[in-house]
Amino acid sequence: MSRILEVENLRVDIPLESGTLHAVRDISFHVDKGETLCIVGESGCGKSLTSLALMGLLPTKAIRTANRLSLGGRDLKTLNETQMADIRGSRMAMIFQEPMTSLNPAYTIGNQLAEAMLRHRKVNPNEARERAIYLLEKVGITAAASRLGQYPHQLSGGLRQRVMIAMALMCGPDMILADEPTTALDVTIQAQILHLLANLQKEFEMGLVLITHDLGIVARVAHRVAVMYAGQIVEEGTVEDIFRRPMHPYTQGLLRCIPIPGKTARGAHLGSIPGMVPSLIGDLKGCAFANRCPHAFSDCNTTDVALRDASGGQRYRCLLSQEAATQNAREAATA
Amino acid sequence: MSAQTPILETKDLRCVFTVRQGLFKAKKPLAAVNGVSLQVRKGEILGLVGESGCGKSTLAKILLGLQDPTAGALLIDGKPSSSFSRIDIARRVQPIFQDPFSSLNPRKTIGDIISLPLRVHKLARRDEIRPKVLDIMDLCGLSKRFYESYPNQLSGGQRQRVAIARALIMRPELVICDEPTSALDVSVQSQILNLLTDLQKELNLTYILISHNLAVVEHMATHVAVMYLGRLVEQAPTDELFRNPRHPYTRALLDSVLTPEPGMGVPDSQLGAAFPNPIDPPRGCTFHPRCPKAMDICKQAAPTPIVSGAGADYDMVECHLYGPQEARAA
Repeated sequence: MSRILEVENLRVDIPLESGTLHAVRDISFHVDKGETLCIVGESGCGKSLTSLALMGLLPTKAIRTANRLSLGGRDLKTLNETQMADIRGSRMAMIFQEPMTSLNPAYTIGNQLAEAMLRHRKVNPNEARERAIYLLEKVGITAAASRLGQYPHQLSGGLRQRVMIAMALMCGPDMILADEPTTALDVTIQAQILHLLANLQKEFEMGLVLITHDLGIVARVAHRVAVMYAGQIVEEGTVEDIFRRPMHPYTQGLLRCIPIPGKTARGAHLGSIPGMVPSLIGDLKGCAFANRCPHAFSDCNTTDVALRDASGGQRYRCLLSQEAATQNAREAATA
Repeated sequence: MSAQTPILETKDLRCVFTVRQGLFKAKKPLAAVNGVSLQVRKGEILGLVGESGCGKSTLAKILLGLQDPTAGALLIDGKPSSSFSRIDIARRVQPIFQDPFSSLNPRKTIGDIISLPLRVHKLARRDEIRPKVLDIMDLCGLSKRFYESYPNQLSGGQRQRVAIARALIMRPELVICDEPTSALDVSVQSQILNLLTDLQKELNLTYILISHNLAVVEHMATHVAVMYLGRLVEQAPTDELFRNPRHPYTRALLDSVLTPEPGMGVPDSQLGAAFPNPIDPPRGCTFHPRCPKAMDICKQAAPTPIVSGAGADYDMVECHLYGPQEARAA
């Protein structure tokens, strides 16, 4: 399989009055053609900034550094603003969380769909229109031609998100970044949109990075999963490994927190992760999760923890041996 | 089963708004709540589920006495709500809202926020207020040192605990939780759900839990009511509803739940995308344009509720598949 996206040691630093906020700390991952990588984590863990960093859309204050940042073999680090704009929306497109605020209320759907294509490809407006109709039908919108003249406020939330997806597909990108694409939608619509996204991704063989906090979505659409905590990837592996054999205490804790119909007893206590995320301003000493970890020991507060390999390509950032971690996972599953 | 009077009962409750569709167009009625009958008994947790726009929040407002129903009856402890003043209702029924960031006054301290109901209702002498507030803060897992803090100094989970403390300081009988955890992270959500469970046992509370997260409803609720376009389409004890959903809409909702089981793929709920326009609802059964099992009769006549069971095992479905004329389940 061919690599589409390669990221090595990506950092995002935001200088503040009280010091530098290290929002993303040396994260590395890759996405292959036709593969879905889910980045999962709680608010403030740096998952959204990671996607903005890839798109070159960070706020001007934020500083991005990376050893490697390449899309289909092309180095994104060396590109200037114009060259990046040529890639954005063309080779790599983004779907945002709130379709109401990311569509322009003053332009018709047709206008906004055609815009990216007219900017990036040598096409006339008619061809762009044809492509827009084709894609609106692809994303399951009926009477597509008549929708082109409508404005965003005339569409429901589900339809708007479908328009956003169609817009991302206009130039046939190699890579799609979707940041919480269904959080604002109802469960029934959420299932439809995810179904659609998975089918389109397979059909067009795109790489997909899906950012979410919902473990249900992760389990159902991901091929591989990266769990983020305090700006770092704390665990990475195939979706089966992450859910059936979570190694990192944070992943184990997250999985215990969610009620599962038919499995967790009614009214029984759910697992929880006590404590709070450490401040990301300045340098962290030791493991970022140590203050909330049920298995922490004295070394955790002093030693910097690197990602270590487990069997099957799974990696986790913890001082515990693979045997100890597997044992904890088993106990967590039966508790 | 029990002959106990429900703490809260609604009979054919309706709430109709008139909406102007354009500057020169005629106003049209919009029935946000269109004939809802339900009962909540002491100690129950009623889960209320449905898509956005189905009228869940309007119903909650009516139950809180914040919105007058257009027609129908609201009974509290078996007496009509009109025999209570606003303040009397507030003493019995309290809300917890979704967004702890916008439901707390940013310019008041936590102590002020939690004690406000006591001061409004004049339920405590000045020197009793502080101990009472500290008491309820302790019960809700808030440290004493937050008494003088402001909401912006607290995390999302802590703010939601403040909202819960404020609702409970009046010792209400019924708490209406409108999406209490959907603005929170997973690890915080589980803490708040645990807290709600503990408080319910400790204070013998009754909840109405409005949520679009069916996994949360399954975990918490004893009974579930499913709402579609202003009407309840199915009501059953939780186990029964999840084991054997009868209404096709309930079925579709349950099919859309993404449980964290890898390899299952995304389910296809078979529902058309279009949530109908509530100003111009479809004729007959309002669900028929999206229903995979729609029959001819569904386009013409609205189904009537088929009620089985009574009292605590109250059980209802509103669908032609289960009509008296077609008693056999499809």
